[in-house]
Amino acid sequence: MNAGVALALASRSLQRHRVRTGLAMLGIVIGIAAVICMVALGQGAGDIMQAQLNAMGRNLLMIWPGAASSSGGISFGGGTNASLTPGDAEALLREVPSLVAVSPVERTRGQQVIHGAHNWTPQSIQGVGETFPHVRDWPVEEGEFFTARDVTGSAKVCLIGGTVAENLFADASPLGETIRIKNIPFRVNGVLTRKGTSSMGSDQDDIVVLPYTSCLNLLEGSSFDDIDQILAAVETPEQIPQAIADITEVLRARHRLAPDEVSDFRILAMAEMASQGLEMQKTMSALLAGIASISLLVGGIGIMNIMLVSVTERTREIGLRLAVGARGRDILQQFLVEAVLLTGLAGLIGMALGAGISSVLADAMGWPFKLSPQVMSLSAAFSCAVGVFFGLYPALRAARLDPIEALRYE
Amino acid sequence: MTAGEELIVLEDVTKTYRLGEVDVRPLRGVSVSIRRGELVAIQGASGSGKTTLLNLVGCLDRPSSGRYTLLGRDVSGLDKDELARVRHETFGFVFQNFCLLGRASALENVELPLLYGDAPPRRQRLARAAEMLERVGLGDRMTHNPGQLSGGQQQRVAIARALVTHPSVLLADEPTGNLDTRAGADILELFLKLNAEGLTIIVVTHDPAVAAKTRRVILVSDGLILGAAA
Repeated sequence: MNAGVALALASRSLQRHRVRTGLAMLGIVIGIAAVICMVALGQGAGDIMQAQLNAMGRNLLMIWPGAASSSGGISFGGGTNASLTPGDAEALLREVPSLVAVSPVERTRGQQVIHGAHNWTPQSIQGVGETFPHVRDWPVEEGEFFTARDVTGSAKVCLIGGTVAENLFADASPLGETIRIKNIPFRVNGVLTRKGTSSMGSDQDDIVVLPYTSCLNLLEGSSFDDIDQILAAVETPEQIPQAIADITEVLRARHRLAPDEVSDFRILAMAEMASQGLEMQKTMSALLAGIASISLLVGGIGIMNIMLVSVTERTREIGLRLAVGARGRDILQQFLVEAVLLTGLAGLIGMALGAGISSVLADAMGWPFKLSPQVMSLSAAFSCAVGVFFGLYPALRAARLDPIEALRYE
Repeated sequence: MTAGEELIVLEDVTKTYRLGEVDVRPLRGVSVSIRRGELVAIQGASGSGKTTLLNLVGCLDRPSSGRYTLLGRDVSGLDKDELARVRHETFGFVFQNFCLLGRASALENVELPLLYGDAPPRRQRLARAAEMLERVGLGDRMTHNPGQLSGGQQQRVAIARALVTHPSVLLADEPTGNLDTRAGADILELFLKLNAEGLTIIVVTHDPAVAAKTRRVILVSDGLILGAAA
């Protein structure tokens, strides 16, 4: 029997038992839909994490001052030791080959920013170096970042994040406008690209950045030049471990630490923390897809059940077909094609359903909706494979029937 | 091939199978020869072995011993697939209970045998099926399901299905058994007509009245041929 005839026979037979066909397909439909949903949502979640990771800077290293300790050995907590200086930052860029950019960071909090009749207290006001957009991978949307000369000259310039721009300027362009912090006027050089909410839940766009020198000299009026943090960027995430080792060496030497002394700074690689989270998320979605595929297995068993019933019910028909010249393999082919058509069709419906559900869910959760063609083709292939696997036994039973006994079957 | 040549030759054919602990021998040594163009009745009581004989002749079953020559070819030792091919090319089957597909139209039922072997394209299959339905007088019932047809009409559909492959031999197992006298007589009339057109027909029946309509009767009893009444 050629394939076209087999297909026509199978679709005719499925059409003749619409309700049964529908019910038999239901298990596979649900199974495939569940797998598609789980994978799509898992991928969406992964993309979100990846995006957050990128927003933090995949190649970013953060160096914090270590804990100061009293002579009695009481730790005052991280960052209490004023051990980092802009000079450390310059030295790192000079002496650690894998670093491509370095920026000191000095933070000021709780300062009101005023423009005309509007005022706003941003979550963070950061004094940074001119390399900040590069280091944080945070481009300027409008205007220009400040220059190295602005940094050297403690210039009264700044850039603002989207949230600050919204609150101080509403729809007007902030470019070239003056905002006042601690009653010192700063010219707005530009607006940073929106980054959205960080993985910790804070609004990253609620920020004002200015040269760290301006922050130290003008806002804080400090005579000390210690800074809160140094940001350093490597070229690729693979260089991070080497960079950490090199930074440690350079800083320990600069801080004149004896070999048995603990470091007075800490180095944190965001990428490493985040990629651990990503690994966990991947494991979770694999687990969920695994659970979903159990329903696919159950659906497959349902198909086998229906096909066995169908074979038994059609024993006389099989006998007749054998009598008029069908060979065992023709019967095998007929039932196998029927099972595969059943599951293939169910797979298609399940894919459509799964895509629909996951797009609605992704929409509701604000995740990007992504359907990978691999997952789609894999589930199509898998549902057909389920048909072959679970259809084989009933089809073999049909094909092995003896024509005389089958014809006599009541 | 000419009329009168020996189509079917059985030589001392037996059939034995085990049913639990007991050997059952529905055929205990049968020799018979049927020529092209004959209309033969195999008559016997129930359990006489006549259906087993028909199954052997129709290559639905293989003899346990003896020799079966069909169209000059020994078919006693063929395997299942080869037997299927022989059935497809040589025989048309008509059953007591019609054996039609309930949810398929008359046309689809008649088309069925053409799906196997070297299947012609769909258009040709349907054309041939329609032609056969015309021939058995059901040209106006092609799209009807078996449920919408009378018993006699259903058996005509079954006969059209048996003829659609242009078989050399038509094998009918109690073709009138499920029909009333009138419809049964019509079917036998149809057989006589087909036989007159040159078709070889073998009818299995327990009914002497049916056997009397044929030109040759083979009496079977207890797995043996008793004699041939002409």
